[in-house]
Amino acid sequence: MSALLWELFTTFVPISLVTVGGGQTTLAEIQRQVVDLHHWMTQAQFLNAFAITRMAPGPGSLLVTLIGWQVAGFWGAAVASLAMFAPTAILLFLIAYLWRRQRGANWQLALEGGLRPVAAGMMAAAVYVLIRALEGGWAAQAITLASTGAVMFTRVNALLLVVAGGAALILCQTLGLA
Amino acid sequence: MQPTAWDLFRIFSRIGLTSFGGGLSGWLMREFVQDRRWMSEEEFLNGLAISQALPGVNVTNMSIWIGFHLVGPRGAAAGLAGIFLPPAVLVVLISVAFALLSGYPLVHVWLAGAAAAAIGLSLSMAITAVRRVRRRVLPWTLMVLVFVMVAFLRLSLVWVVAVVAPISVALEYLRLRREGRSA
Repeated sequence: MSALLWELFTTFVPISLVTVGGGQTTLAEIQRQVVDLHHWMTQAQFLNAFAITRMAPGPGSLLVTLIGWQVAGFWGAAVASLAMFAPTAILLFLIAYLWRRQRGANWQLALEGGLRPVAAGMMAAAVYVLIRALEGGWAAQAITLASTGAVMFTRVNALLLVVAGGAALILCQTLGLA
Repeated sequence: MQPTAWDLFRIFSRIGLTSFGGGLSGWLMREFVQDRRWMSEEEFLNGLAISQALPGVNVTNMSIWIGFHLVGPRGAAAGLAGIFLPPAVLVVLISVAFALLSGYPLVHVWLAGAAAAAIGLSLSMAITAVRRVRRRVLPWTLMVLVFVMVAFLRLSLVWVVAVVAPISVALEYLRLRREGRSA
């Protein structure tokens, strides 16, 4: 059991340190580690966990908490969460402690501007990996596109969208469209 | 009125449990700068810039920054605990609920549809992120490079970022210095 916990820890600490530009950017790597390399979950289980975290409030990286829970129960969830949140928390705490300077300092701007293309590439890769994992055929893909459109052009509530997506797929399947 | 660590835990718990989608910075600013007046806008934006520049989820970074600023180390811990613990417990409970319902095939279909919609959300975020990249050869090349290496070549994201990010930041720093000099 403790070997498993250690594996969870060592898997997520490096990922924590490269989570630039939001909690979703490292999804591609989390998927690769959890499904392809460690076989802790199947693709379908991974997607389910992803859907559940999108239905719940809170920081995006809670996916890791769920993965830890499924792999090793309470302690798995605790260790995975610690690995994911502690390193960057410590880093930020140190910076907050050492650097009470004005914003607009060159190092901040350089970090922000320099990381933007990297984060965008990561985000695009995350979405690519997720779309490839999607089940439900063309109906699911249509739901994805409709959802993207809804977010970009309306002010629809995110939770509502996810719940409606589930209902829409059920509808498609009952109508024999999927 | 000086906040206590417990106050911060309560406030961030509330925010953590009600934060869907985005727009969190706006929430936080309203709460701490405008309504309670515990911070100045300057201090807040300072923290926002740093929290976005450093690795980590923005909302957790902000909870640490604000907590630290208002109450010191205990405040930082309280803020982080507030934003993380209640939502973590909730998400695990939801997952257990779904596991109990896993005998019903309709639940699986529903989850697949929910995942599809959630991916649509992520796609819109990815589009926004790509749009914000400066329309120059260098940033775009780096972005495409990262995408290809991670999505197609399936290289380790950690190594890709560890190599490309410092290069990108260094180049950006040099660019800013150059522009500063010519200004």
